[in-house]
Amino acid sequence: MTKLFTRPSSMSDAAMPYCPGCTHGIAHRLVGEVIDELGIFEKVIGIVSAGCSVRSWRLYRFDMVLSAHGRSPAVATGLKRALPDSLVFAYQGDGDSAAIGLAELMHAALRCEEITVFMINNAVYGATGGQAAPTTLIGQKTTSYPSGRDPSYTGYPINMAEVIASVSKNSYVARVALNSVRNILKAKNAVIRAFKTQEKGLGFSFVEMLSTCPIGWQMTPLDSLKWIEEKMIREYPLGEFKVPEGLEP
Amino acid sequence: MSEICLLSGNEALGEAAVRAGCRFFYGYPITPQGELFEYMARRLPEVGGTFLQSESEIAAISMVYGTAAAGGRVMTASSGPGTSLMQEGLSHLAAAQLPCLIVNVMRAGPGLGRVRPSQADYFQATRGGGHGDYRVIVLAPSSVQEMADLTFDAFTLADKYRNPVMILCDGMLGQMMEPVALADPIDPNQLPPKPWSVRGAKGRARNLVLAAPYTDEELIALNLELKSKYASIEAQEARWESQFLDDAELVVVAFGTSARISEDAVLKARMEGLKVGLIRPVTLWPFPRQAFDVPQMKVQAYLVVEMNAGQMLEDVLLARRGDVPVFHFGLGGGWVPSTQEVYRELVEVYERKGTL
Repeated sequence: MTKLFTRPSSMSDAAMPYCPGCTHGIAHRLVGEVIDELGIFEKVIGIVSAGCSVRSWRLYRFDMVLSAHGRSPAVATGLKRALPDSLVFAYQGDGDSAAIGLAELMHAALRCEEITVFMINNAVYGATGGQAAPTTLIGQKTTSYPSGRDPSYTGYPINMAEVIASVSKNSYVARVALNSVRNILKAKNAVIRAFKTQEKGLGFSFVEMLSTCPIGWQMTPLDSLKWIEEKMIREYPLGEFKVPEGLEP
Repeated sequence: MSEICLLSGNEALGEAAVRAGCRFFYGYPITPQGELFEYMARRLPEVGGTFLQSESEIAAISMVYGTAAAGGRVMTASSGPGTSLMQEGLSHLAAAQLPCLIVNVMRAGPGLGRVRPSQADYFQATRGGGHGDYRVIVLAPSSVQEMADLTFDAFTLADKYRNPVMILCDGMLGQMMEPVALADPIDPNQLPPKPWSVRGAKGRARNLVLAAPYTDEELIALNLELKSKYASIEAQEARWESQFLDDAELVVVAFGTSARISEDAVLKARMEGLKVGLIRPVTLWPFPRQAFDVPQMKVQAYLVVEMNAGQMLEDVLLARRGDVPVFHFGLGGGWVPSTQEVYRELVEVYERKGTL
């Protein structure tokens, strides 16, 4: 009997710590698959911080760091400057990257720091119970915007991929979605290209991933996938926003 | 063979750090640590090191966290307002048990304050300015020579205990110049390996550097481990200097710059025949309680002199034997006592002692 589908060897057998219907696990798996396929396991160091992915260091078998909320791009900078031959990635949520850690992320991007940031955009704070994030859509109800996000009171959502692409001179910047097979395959390609950007020393790499939060959104898993397709992608268009010179197509 | 140079305290500290094998400095500009920051900017590239100006002190301490996790000998420096921003990182460094050096060249507060020298960050440094239950080893130099010597010791202690170490000095020590004997450089490649560091899981099981364990039980276990580590630091690493304790009836207690000034006042008083002694804590945490445990001591009063409104005072109250009265002479805000002022205060307390 042949095993046709199994865990990537860079991943452990720890259970995914996420709620039913959450697509976070897909993102983790893509990172694991790509690390296997690129043969970079021994060079990889991952960083996670506060939020839903706080315990995701258990999911992998390579060296990992758990650092303070929002600071992982700065921690990654300290790691990469000390170990220039390693491949360092930070795994951030939207609150981690676009709210509390905006300065650290922005300046890592400005320095074209040779690190990779994977940002999960699920438009809410999942771990703390579904409060608003900077990425919360207009009109979207959250536990902290109970009558929906009103831009006259709380401003507008932030398009992180576009922001990063506009400030980071040498970088790979993409936005992908984890809601369909087609989009997941494209997401995997972006993960590959992000790591290759770092491996070739071409600059900073950033992949924003639109991901579901059925509990935070008060939706079924299927409706959540549909919500990404119909609402989120309209606000957060998919694609590559910047490709560094020297990265093959 | 050591080399004698005329350096400011900030420069001496920087050169000592390089000679101690430190190759990474992350920081944000602030007065009065500017000479240290700029010295490292010039000096580290000469030895193949990394100097990076960060976007904030929060980022600087987080970069320190990253390099420390990778096993690099690393430091940052700041002053009051910047050190406040670093407290988040310090708590995480203590939780992850990462060795590093933080220098606080104190200025006058509170708030933005002004840049005159001060010792007002004693509480912040010794009580753990961040959240949670942790300790930072705090060293207090009182001369330019000690700025250099304690920097070597700071890195050694940080590695020995896998704990952040702080050098707590002030703008006066940072900026005054004195001759310094500099020790020979250490090759950072010859430092003991750090098998726990994250450098890529090549040919070994993976390593983890975590600011939080996975379970509640593991967090209790971490706290137990830290508690016993801190107890052994308290038992082994307390350092102080004392003078004239054998017959002293009044003991002045002071650290850093105020100890330097107080020493002159004490020497003057001895010449006048007053039975006065001096205790100068070199480690502020662990506070050298042992210094107060001299059985033959005939102390009738203590006088704590510090450039704040009464912070080390609390540690002296905890350390004194019996109910010997403790007086305080000090103020924050940039006030620096003169030898004369300390002398006058000392004589006044000396004359009142025994009648209290």
